[in-house]
Amino acid sequence: MFEDRRVSTPLVLEQLRERVAVMEGGPARLPVPVVASLAGAVSLRTGGSYAVDADSLALSLVAGASSAGEWVGFVGWPDFGAEAAAAAGVDLARTVLVREAGEQWLEVVAALVDVLRVVVLRPPARVDAKSAGVLDARLRKRSSVLVVAGAWPRCEARLSLEDVCWTGPDRGRGRLRERRASVVVRRGTTPAVRIDLGGRAVTEREPLRALG
Amino acid sequence: MRVLVVWCPDWSVVAALEEAALPALTPAAVLRAGVVQVCNAAAREEGVRRGQRRRDAQFRCPDLALLPDNPERDARSFEPVLEAVEELSPGVAALRPGLVAVRAPDRYYGSETNAAAVVAETLVRAGVWDCRLGVADDLFTAEQAARTAAVQDCAVVDPGGAPGFLAGLPVEVLEADGPQGRGCVDLLRRLGLRTLGDLAALPADAVQHRFGRYGTDVRRRARGETPAYVTPRTPPPDLDAEVAFEPPLDSVETICLSARRTAEQLVAALAERQLVVTGVRIEAESDGTLCSARTWLHPRFFSARDVLDRVRWQLPGAVHAPVERVRFVPEVVEPAADHAEGLWGGTGEEMVARGVARVQAMIGFDAVTRPVLQGGRGPADRQQAVPWGERPTGLRPVDRPWPGQVPGPAPACVFADPPASEVCDAEGRVVAVTERGAVTGEPSRFRLDGTWQPVAAWAGPWPVDESWWTGGTGRGQGRCSRFQLVGVDGRAWLLRCGPSGWSLEAGYD
Repeated sequence: MFEDRRVSTPLVLEQLRERVAVMEGGPARLPVPVVASLAGAVSLRTGGSYAVDADSLALSLVAGASSAGEWVGFVGWPDFGAEAAAAAGVDLARTVLVREAGEQWLEVVAALVDVLRVVVLRPPARVDAKSAGVLDARLRKRSSVLVVAGAWPRCEARLSLEDVCWTGPDRGRGRLRERRASVVVRRGTTPAVRIDLGGRAVTEREPLRALG
Repeated sequence: MRVLVVWCPDWSVVAALEEAALPALTPAAVLRAGVVQVCNAAAREEGVRRGQRRRDAQFRCPDLALLPDNPERDARSFEPVLEAVEELSPGVAALRPGLVAVRAPDRYYGSETNAAAVVAETLVRAGVWDCRLGVADDLFTAEQAARTAAVQDCAVVDPGGAPGFLAGLPVEVLEADGPQGRGCVDLLRRLGLRTLGDLAALPADAVQHRFGRYGTDVRRRARGETPAYVTPRTPPPDLDAEVAFEPPLDSVETICLSARRTAEQLVAALAERQLVVTGVRIEAESDGTLCSARTWLHPRFFSARDVLDRVRWQLPGAVHAPVERVRFVPEVVEPAADHAEGLWGGTGEEMVARGVARVQAMIGFDAVTRPVLQGGRGPADRQQAVPWGERPTGLRPVDRPWPGQVPGPAPACVFADPPASEVCDAEGRVVAVTERGAVTGEPSRFRLDGTWQPVAAWAGPWPVDESWWTGGTGRGQGRCSRFQLVGVDGRAWLLRCGPSGWSLEAGYD
């Protein structure tokens, strides 16, 4: 089990200690795994909310937790691209999708935060600081992470996808092949961290079939 | 060990009449699938029999009350009888609704007849007037004795007297065993065996050979050789907790402070049994009457503090006089293992299922979905949202070639409702695709949310002609072509050029 995950023994012990601490006392800020391409720039911790400005960024942000065996959910997300999510590393078998949450979207998020590790939300309306505070308390208590696509009063970090550049098509020939982009992480007043998602950041579905 | 059996005849009818609030002596029958399952004595007098069809039963007795079959109701209404018997003697074994066995408490009450009289009296006081009792060495004999007894009376078969008692009984008593018993009775009658004594007198190997295992079992029972297996039930623990205040309290804070210990004891008592409470009813009494009662559900499970929070929320609005008693009734109790937190992370699937069910109750069953992949040509066709808790059906297989699908990475944003768009060439003419799949002009700009954006690069078309036989022009029907366009800002889009114009199908970002 340990060999498979390539986790060293002290790290395992550290994780176990954290879990035991959670069970014994107040909630700790547990780290939630993120995918390798984002690992240098951002670290998710339970109880925090994170803002993103692109769908693909939200998908790759939850992919780490999902592929590590956690349950994730998407709320208010009618344009969910299941195939892209699977390609990014989200396990669809452990994904809850609420396309339209309607008027009660805040209650829906609160109920999902209770049972899911990461909840991705596209708020259909502006949210006031008070409701966000209530949800933040719930996040801390239930050790969950909220990823918001849009505006949110208090965020641990804001991630934005910048300098997106798709290459591949050439006047009718070819196809989309490669995306170059950079992720900028802004965290409070500290200087922004920028990492480049160069080259083959986008997972290919399958090689191009020879068309007759 | 002697066995006492209490038999309440036609219990299903008794329970159903009680539920329907009809007089107990109404001719009534319980039906399943249009066939009489059980009928009471009043109906039998009119000629109604078990196994009759509804029409025949109504023909014999026009004012027959027809009642639905409901085994849960029978068991539920039999519970008070069990409790009444359990009060007198512990170790009650409920055989089926209407039939209960208990170890005969002879020594305490003097004799078996006395004990039976006490049991009958208790039952009559509990409202069950038609009960018959039997005492014998084993269960089968005791049950048969009870069936021969008069109302509220007891038939006692002396120790060792079981074979003699059973030998005189007709083989029809086996019909109570169900279809197998009825088949056996039919066969025995045709073979000329009229009584259980006839069967018991046959040699064991002959019975085994002719009647198989069931026949051997019946023969052993008829000879009074079965041991009395009374498996007593464990009485369900009483988990209610209550606290009385003397003098009555009128401040909610004081009530919560005083009820804290009780709430803690409640949670601890449940934890001892590896249980947690997820639904609790809180009752408050003042002036000797119930003044506030409400059931609270918890998304996970109640801790003592949660219970007190509910008290704090419930009482201020509902109570206007000093409270003298608060009672906690755990209504929904679940195994603690279902709610345990995994040591290795990851929330239990059970918990997720419960949480999602709560969301479904909030916003509707099919609003909560699970995304699954399927085969198809357009990005929207390649995925499906299955309502949570349902098995996906009718999915297109993924492992087919699907010629005409757009290659390359999958788009992160697949519009559920594709917005209309437009693609123009350098001269401002709308780009179209001919029947042979040729593009009429080179796309130079396209409309995105009402603004025009120049095209930096484009690829396509990928023409498909789907479901042309239906004649429709909607999504996924008819001839259309797909294009990948890259805007000058570097973002890419998937556009579809169909008979009804251009639309934006998906976005890559």
